[in-house]
Amino acid sequence: MTAVTTQNALATYVVRHADDNVVLGQRLAEYISRAPELEEDLAIGNLTLDHIGVADHLFTYAAKIDGCDLSGDDLVMFRSERDYTNLLLVEQRHDGFDDLIARQFLFDAYQLPFWEALSASNDETIAGIAQRAAKEARYHLRHSSMWMVRLGDGTPESHTRIQASIDRLWRFTSEMFETDALDREMVESGLGVDTSTLRETWESSVDAVLEEATLTRPQDSFQTSGGRSGMHTEYLGPMLAEMQWLQRSQPGMSW
Amino acid sequence: MDASTEFENGQAKFDAIIAADEKIEPRDWMPDGYRKTVIRQMAQHAHSEVIGMQPEANWILRAPTLLRKAILIAKVQDEAGHGLYLYSATETLGVSRDELVGLLHEGKQKYSSIFNYPALSWADMGAIGWLVDGAAIVNQIVLQGTSYGPYSRAMVKICKEESFHARQGYSIMMALAEGSDEQKAMCQDALNRWWWPALMMFGPHDSESAHTAESMAWKIKRKTNDELRQMFIDQTVPQAHYLGMTIPDPDLVFDEETGHWTIGEIDWDEFWATIKGDGRLNRERITHKVKAWDEGRWVRDAATAYAAKQKMKPDKSA
Amino acid sequence: MSYEVPVAPGDKPHEIQFGGGGEHGFPLWEVFVRAKRGLNHTHVGSLHAPDAETAIQNARDGYTRRAEGVSVWVVPSIEIVASDDAESMFEPFEHKPYRHPTFYEIPEEVGQL
Ligand SMILES: [Fe+2]
Ligand SMILES: [Fe+2]
Repeated sequence: MTAVTTQNALATYVVRHADDNVVLGQRLAEYISRAPELEEDLAIGNLTLDHIGVADHLFTYAAKIDGCDLSGDDLVMFRSERDYTNLLLVEQRHDGFDDLIARQFLFDAYQLPFWEALSASNDETIAGIAQRAAKEARYHLRHSSMWMVRLGDGTPESHTRIQASIDRLWRFTSEMFETDALDREMVESGLGVDTSTLRETWESSVDAVLEEATLTRPQDSFQTSGGRSGMHTEYLGPMLAEMQWLQRSQPGMSW
Repeated sequence: MDASTEFENGQAKFDAIIAADEKIEPRDWMPDGYRKTVIRQMAQHAHSEVIGMQPEANWILRAPTLLRKAILIAKVQDEAGHGLYLYSATETLGVSRDELVGLLHEGKQKYSSIFNYPALSWADMGAIGWLVDGAAIVNQIVLQGTSYGPYSRAMVKICKEESFHARQGYSIMMALAEGSDEQKAMCQDALNRWWWPALMMFGPHDSESAHTAESMAWKIKRKTNDELRQMFIDQTVPQAHYLGMTIPDPDLVFDEETGHWTIGEIDWDEFWATIKGDGRLNRERITHKVKAWDEGRWVRDAATAYAAKQKMKPDKSA
Repeated sequence: MSYEVPVAPGDKPHEIQFGGGGEHGFPLWEVFVRAKRGLNHTHVGSLHAPDAETAIQNARDGYTRRAEGVSVWVVPSIEIVASDDAESMFEPFEHKPYRHPTFYEIPEEVGQL
């Protein structure tokens, strides 16, 4: 199969956000059957299904508007590392429940206002997907906030661990609010969201939860980005290799 | 009332409830042996559901499409739910889930040997759903009629959820059976490897099964191992043929007289070896579980500590 | 039968301790689900959770995965008070047939009653 990319600008924009969700879903899926309690395994299953589900909808729609002869799954399975455009935050590895929750929390606090804003998209399909996703994200944020507070204000060990996870992941947070030419094009045409306007909402929900959790907002101002242009960390490649292996080993088959 | 009259009254009432095909409920008097058997069976059933997440979780990350991935996640998650319902039913008899999980981790309580076989290809996701869940469903449908109320109710709930498990498995097999030669070969290979272990899920022959008679009398079990196995064989052989696959049993024949399929002899040495802990993955399955449990301790401790702190706060009315 | 693990010859099933063994984890909560508006909350099972807020979320994640509910209640299991002695508490009510409409024979001509 030749290189799989989208040509249409809207499709490319949709794929970005689909990428965020498929990569996060895949990361969450790694944790299934490994949760601290049975109930939490069920909770993580639901989170995973939501992210994979919204990714599936977005990829399918992107493939449709792009008009090329691709399916949503082709976009998932036959694009390589440099063509994936997810945020760096979602591809980071988690070594345990601390990283998992910290990442969910930082991302949920962004995704909820993002979906809410995208619900007003001129594109009916996108708006519909966003409205449903916003409801899911509201619950996700509730779940991750609940754990942030318990881990932050739990034992000295849990406090240290969750603070360390927040500190470690903090450098990937500004990227969520960066915009590029494609974002601006989508905002101008009323299809997309200016994520830079979401920062305030994000900061206030993050600050409120950190405070209740007796945690400190990291002081380190170093920030890194590049995911939207395919400049990833080294964690994405191995994940894609595993995720795409079956399709790539026998391309063109039905499963 | 002295102890012996209480025992006699209790026994008489218990017998009457069983005879009337009604359910025994948690606070009822019940014979010690009944309590022990029900606890043991429910706990092992619960352990099996939870350990059973592992072979399929092994393929979630490699699922070929997002839809298949979502289906598999939902299915594995359901198994966690089944574990939850069954532990919950077991706890009605005064034993805590923590104790049961501890016994599992220490190897003092077992889970179904089927999960000690490895899932080696994508087709195994088909074979497991179709054959392993299929076998479990045959058993669980009958168990809805079990005499212990909470167990029976858990089975009703589980059966409702299970129906898609076998179907999604068969649908994977159908896609492979209609696919390339390589896919067909995967499909046949998975059937070859899962067929006999699935039949072993029903346990030893009735003649070898020490507790069957007692469990049947108490109506904990409603059909014998061999009866259930035969039901499964009869429903599954035509399904394999529909796929164009061959059942890996040269002795398999259809008995026109009885209307049943008869199979060759099961490898009972392998069966008992797996139960005794010498299955392919016995150690790995428990190690995985214990590792997750140990790694989660700090999280559970944090949540417990937080809850305790909240209780201490005077202004919290909740 | 499936998921029932037979006792291998020479093996003895482990005796349950009741209250012994294992670590002491989260308390047990009973879960009640309202399937849809207009219906009562019904008991569906139990779960473990460190506190009420977590228990509510766990109930949602564990017991409503197929949209089985529009509302959940959780109650600490130790707060449930159960009746005892069914014979004296409930059997007396079985012998009052006159409380049921079928006890009375009313001629058809009387119509709806
Ligand atoms: Fe199950
Ligand atoms: Fe199942």
